[in-house]
Amino acid sequence: MLKPLIPDHLSLITVPALALILVAIFAQYLTPFDPYAQDLTRALTPPDSVNLLGTDRYGRDILSRVIIGSQTTILSALALLAVISIVGSLIGAVCGFKGGRVDTILMRTSDVFLAFPQMVFAIAAAGALGGGLFNAALALALIGWTKYARISRSLTLTIRKMPYIDAAKLAGTGSAGILINHVLPNIAGPILVTAALDIGTIIMELAGLSFLGLGAMPPTAEWGAMMNNGRSMLQTAPWVILSPGFAIFLTVAIFNLLGDKLRDVIDVRGNRN
Amino acid sequence: MVLEVRHVKKSFNGRAVLDDINFSVDSGECVGIVGRSGCGKSTLAKIIARLINYDSGEIFIDGELQMIFQTPEDSFNPRKTLGWSIAEPLRSVKSDKLSVVSDLLEKVGLPADYAKKYPHEVSGGECQRAAIARAISVNPKILICDEATSALDVTIQAQIINLLKKLCREKNIACLFITHDLNLLPKIADRVIVLHGGKIVEENSTAEIFKAPKSPFTQELLSADLFFQNLQSLPIFFNAR
Repeated sequence: MLKPLIPDHLSLITVPALALILVAIFAQYLTPFDPYAQDLTRALTPPDSVNLLGTDRYGRDILSRVIIGSQTTILSALALLAVISIVGSLIGAVCGFKGGRVDTILMRTSDVFLAFPQMVFAIAAAGALGGGLFNAALALALIGWTKYARISRSLTLTIRKMPYIDAAKLAGTGSAGILINHVLPNIAGPILVTAALDIGTIIMELAGLSFLGLGAMPPTAEWGAMMNNGRSMLQTAPWVILSPGFAIFLTVAIFNLLGDKLRDVIDVRGNRN
Repeated sequence: MVLEVRHVKKSFNGRAVLDDINFSVDSGECVGIVGRSGCGKSTLAKIIARLINYDSGEIFIDGELQMIFQTPEDSFNPRKTLGWSIAEPLRSVKSDKLSVVSDLLEKVGLPADYAKKYPHEVSGGECQRAAIARAISVNPKILICDEATSALDVTIQAQIINLLKKLCREKNIACLFITHDLNLLPKIADRVIVLHGGKIVEENSTAEIFKAPKSPFTQELLSADLFFQNLQSLPIFFNAR
């Protein structure tokens, strides 16, 4: 009897996901306290009626820092994802469509990147680039595009053989027109699903780099960096590390569920019955 | 003459797929190309349409060439409306494309509101009609139908063949009708070319081919059909489970 209450489309999981993105965008208006204001008299206060999630060692309100941290973490993850999925897909589509030497060079390059474990490569690259949120994102982008290039290339190879591509050629449409009008719209669905399923991973990786001190620099409120701050006080003041940790968990879970749901909706092949 | 193919050769990985193909098609004529699967029919179609390259020989085409494909659903971009796809070749048309598309749809017997539909929303036969509309939109001189009716059931097949025949007559379009089914040819083709193993083994008027097939391969194609027909007429064929 519960079933009719749950709508069979995106709405159920889009609500929390959209809410998270809205919180991230309007974070500065939602914080109860200034996330950067220190009050050493209230340092390491456990959660109470004033500081709902307690304070850190400088007496900064953790709830405010988690809220403002969502901006850093979620928005930079989404921006990074937008860049790598668009750039990667375009590279892959061009490779798959053109073939030949361009294809060989770009795909062998991506093979080299794929041979490294993603996180190890990102740590090395972020370390070499010298920390900071932008450099951490750059390090992840350097290795992240390969996945999208691979997927979009293989999708393009399938689509290239479809009769409608031949029909478009006979209609006098040039390569660019075929790529824009025929290839990209037909690979967009699976790419979008991959990207949505990737949001969680990217958030984890960005937060992971910050946790290691290779991402956001103090005093920037960023979930990974906040967890790093609370690491030494796990036993004495667990709320310092648990709050941003739980925020990461919740965000990743919500975006992963969104990705799953998106796949069910967009992937027409699984949806025909 | 709208199409002339001279000494065309094509091989894939050292294996000859087309070997010294010579034929020509006159304006408004319908030529059937028949052969078993793998005989090089589709390769020939794609070579003539310049969709793949050939190794040697010459091809002369006078005027616009269009093609109709085997699987109607796949010959339309699933993300675009039928109207968009039909209008795709009409790049040079500056005037109202919508009315041109409705005219084309009317010609192939589809309601004008089909322009707004997507390929998966219409049946295979309707999709093939839309493909014909797209093909004739640029007033081609020659139309290649590569197994254009093989994916359709028998009644729709007959409708599509009649439509093709009517349109080709009206607009004086030469038609290259490629099929594995010899039985379809008397309905549409003036002349038949039999391909076997990448070679033309017989070329004659449709009537002659059916009356007195010369090549053993043509006889085989004919007898395969007759064998099947005889089999169907036996009561045991229907009773047997």
